[in-house]
Amino acid sequence: MRFAPRWRWTGLFLLLIGALLLDLSAGAVRIPLREVFHILFTSSAGDETWQFIVEKIRVPKACVAVLAGCGLSIGGLQMQTLFRNPLAEPGVLGITAGASLGVAAVMLAGGSMATLYAIKELGGGGSWLVTGAACIGAAGVMFFVLMLSRRVRDNVTMLIIGLMISSITIAITSIWQYFSNPEEVKEYLLWTFGSLGGVSGGQLLILAITIVAGLAVAFLSSKMLDALLLGENYARSMGLTVERARLIIICSTSLLVGSITAFCGPIGFLGIAVPHLARGAFNTANHRILIPACCLIGSTLLLLCDSIAQWPGSQTVLPINIVTSLVGAPIVIFLLLRTRKLKPF
Amino acid sequence: MNSTPLLVTRGLQTGYRSGGKKILVSGELPDLTIRAGRLICLLGPNGSGKSTLLRTLAGLQPALGGEVVIGGKSGLSSAERARQISLVLTDRVGGSNLNVSSLVALGRYPWSGWLGGLDDADRDIIRRGIAAADIGELLERKVHTLSDGESQKVMLARALVQDTPMLLLDEPTAHLDLPSRIRLMRLLHQLAREMNKGILLSTHELDLALQVADEVWLLQNAGPLHKGAPEDLVLGGVFEAAFEKEDVDFDRATGVFRIHREGSRRIRLIVTATGALAAFWTRRALQREGFAVVDEEGGNTIVIGEQGGRPIWVLDAGDGGRQYNSVADLIEALNHLRLP
Repeated sequence: MRFAPRWRWTGLFLLLIGALLLDLSAGAVRIPLREVFHILFTSSAGDETWQFIVEKIRVPKACVAVLAGCGLSIGGLQMQTLFRNPLAEPGVLGITAGASLGVAAVMLAGGSMATLYAIKELGGGGSWLVTGAACIGAAGVMFFVLMLSRRVRDNVTMLIIGLMISSITIAITSIWQYFSNPEEVKEYLLWTFGSLGGVSGGQLLILAITIVAGLAVAFLSSKMLDALLLGENYARSMGLTVERARLIIICSTSLLVGSITAFCGPIGFLGIAVPHLARGAFNTANHRILIPACCLIGSTLLLLCDSIAQWPGSQTVLPINIVTSLVGAPIVIFLLLRTRKLKPF
Repeated sequence: MNSTPLLVTRGLQTGYRSGGKKILVSGELPDLTIRAGRLICLLGPNGSGKSTLLRTLAGLQPALGGEVVIGGKSGLSSAERARQISLVLTDRVGGSNLNVSSLVALGRYPWSGWLGGLDDADRDIIRRGIAAADIGELLERKVHTLSDGESQKVMLARALVQDTPMLLLDEPTAHLDLPSRIRLMRLLHQLAREMNKGILLSTHELDLALQVADEVWLLQNAGPLHKGAPEDLVLGGVFEAAFEKEDVDFDRATGVFRIHREGSRRIRLIVTATGALAAFWTRRALQREGFAVVDEEGGNTIVIGEQGGRPIWVLDAGDGGRQYNSVADLIEALNHLRLP
């Protein structure tokens, strides 16, 4: 399969549109594509329920899927390049764990009924309280990691420190769970399943602004990322200030992953897999190509996963974090076995 | 031959810091100079601080004392330094799906725009670097599929594309087979002469260095750095003295190291006018077998002559003499005789 890059871009873009439409149409209430078009372009439909579902639920959810797909994929790409490790993913810096700790702190806080009541009233995943706590947790860990990164000279040490911070954070969360009553733990567990729904209005705006900012930083640092492919010594010899580059890259990843985890809960697999898919699809290591490619592939995949989560006709919705792993991991294994182009590092 | 100095060191101390303490790696360093159009070989045993010196000059690690003055200025930023010095390191560049042409193009990093875009002038320099390093047929290959020799040439092309007055190479001949080593050294020599680059390379290839270097910097484990033209260092006995400490004998007459210590069995070699080449190789075989080739009468004698355009060996062990047609036969006979 050899297509000119222009056709690959077109193909991926069409796939994204297809996935978007599928996601808008699929769900507990199946809405025909023609109606979806009607609602989107004329904002009028025969059925007011359908209009409400599309405008108030599915469009925001699809937007979140696109934003999260882009953000997680780019976060993963940046971590894989920075640490020159094909297994690196956004979680290696402990930011996901930090967000989880924040959420655990709110949900499990001494069994305070007031807190639980607030969460239930405002609706689990989307509540400002949970989101705020996750933001604080992610930002706290990110700040800590950045402080340490200024003292560390090489990236492998940074990787190990990130993993250790992650472990500590997870351990603290586990202690909290251990001493909490089952009902609270269940609430927390539900959050860890991840959810793309429930982010709308002001929250969606904040998420969008943060993701766009993170993506802009990532795109502007693509030259630095390219240099880092040769390793720190060569990068330094070409005039890159490795410490500053690391700071910028960690900032960008933290913004992307921290905000997504805060609003949607942890979503696994995308961050590690999409960069490999992008490298295979465009057969390149150039980040000016990989970054937009990751955005396209990441958002398409997350939209597809979300459509699968709303299994057509079924009333139950599978947690998104489970679907991404169940669907995505076999895809990567299949591609790795079929083409050798994915050989990463 | 005193072209402009590209790099000068003043009172340089190299080493690393560990737990707040300075640990010096190299001994005394004189003030060093790299000039345009000159090829310098940095020699020395493992652990003598070759890489540390190279990395310090290149700004990859800070000097513990003194300063490195590049183009008349000291304390350059890494971006400024990248326009003066390009590097070929021993670090293996693994891949991440990187192909050779992208890797070589990355050499333009210090000169390209903030997103890394290249213009026609950049592409022209890239073409010339690829031609100089002769890697035209490797361009579409992935970096991780390259052999050691190919990888070395590709990294050299990247350094040439960086288009700096100075080129520093850390053991570029390691892992290469002999023809590749010779080709690389020849290429570096040409680059110094034709593109007027100042080149510093560290190597263990003493014989190649002696042939190709305009200047040798000889580092020792704890000891001063000696520098000078390679021939001057040999004639002055610096090499012999330096390697004696390492328990290795350097033969000034041939410019190579002796693996075999002088043996106890003594033999005399008489050479006719045409047999100089045969004598050289016979001497090597005798040394391997543990003979000391001496110039005194009375003992066993080998006379090298010529018959029909081929060398012949006549061994006289006090029994009138027998003739042999190859070194192998001669050695077998010698061992058979069990000479004292």
